Amino acid sequence: MACPLRCNGALKHNTEVAVPTSPSRPLSPHLTIFRWPLSMALSILTRVTGAALAVGLVLLAWWLVALANGPDAFATIDGIVDSWFGGLVLFGFTAALFLHLGNGIRHLAWDMGYGYDAETTHRSGLFVVGFTVAATLLTWIVILAA
Amino acid sequence: MSLATPISRVRGLGSAHAGVSHFKQMRLTAVASIFLSLWFVFSAVGLSGADYTTVAAWLGSTVNATLMILFVLINVWHAALGIQTIIEDYVDQVVVKTASLIALAIVAYGLAAVCSVAILKVALSG
Repeated sequence: MACPLRCNGALKHNTEVAVPTSPSRPLSPHLTIFRWPLSMALSILTRVTGAALAVGLVLLAWWLVALANGPDAFATIDGIVDSWFGGLVLFGFTAALFLHLGNGIRHLAWDMGYGYDAETTHRSGLFVVGFTVAATLLTWIVILAA
Repeated sequence: MSLATPISRVRGLGSAHAGVSHFKQMRLTAVASIFLSLWFVFSAVGLSGADYTTVAAWLGSTVNATLMILFVLINVWHAALGIQTIIEDYVDQVVVKTASLIALAIVAYGLAAVCSVAILKVALSG
């Protein structure tokens, strides 16, 4: 998966290759120099949310083990889940899941050769942002209304 | 200035021939995860605020236990591939990189085993 973050160290492995040492010559693409187009922000966010969701799997394992250990262990973790802090964390995971899911589908379309031109890429990015906000809010409206 | 011949300088820097397999596994687990994740969110919303008995009975159903095991295995697989890519992108030193990849394998296989046993324990005790 092409990601702007990965390009910095591409040439570092082989010391035979001349790595520019002059500070006046930025490595490309450089986070502090380029403005942040939507596609770049989404690319970085997809990787960040992917890493976060991997941590979420560890928390899911904790929850499943507590459930398997019986009512007392489950009550302990349920107290955390039900607190405002637990709710905030779960809200974050909901948004992360929908962003990663939406942009993942965008990536699958790219893999099949669709939507590569700049305008379509920008529009599909906007769609992913809209989908993330709408799906996250809808999910939590249903949870809080119940 | 190295005295190595040009061919010895480039040996080992080419393809590892495992990239296509990684690519395909990433996409297949992604497609599977679309459906499993939607099921997971619907289930989690339905279970919000439920007590122990309700949650245990829910996971005690054969369909839910099967889908939950699939959800965990597919997503641990997908996550392990992703974290592997992140490690390979940002960790430069060979020793640290290898150690990180071994640690990742331990955590991934561990998570898959721990979750599967927990799910089966709930499903088979009900």
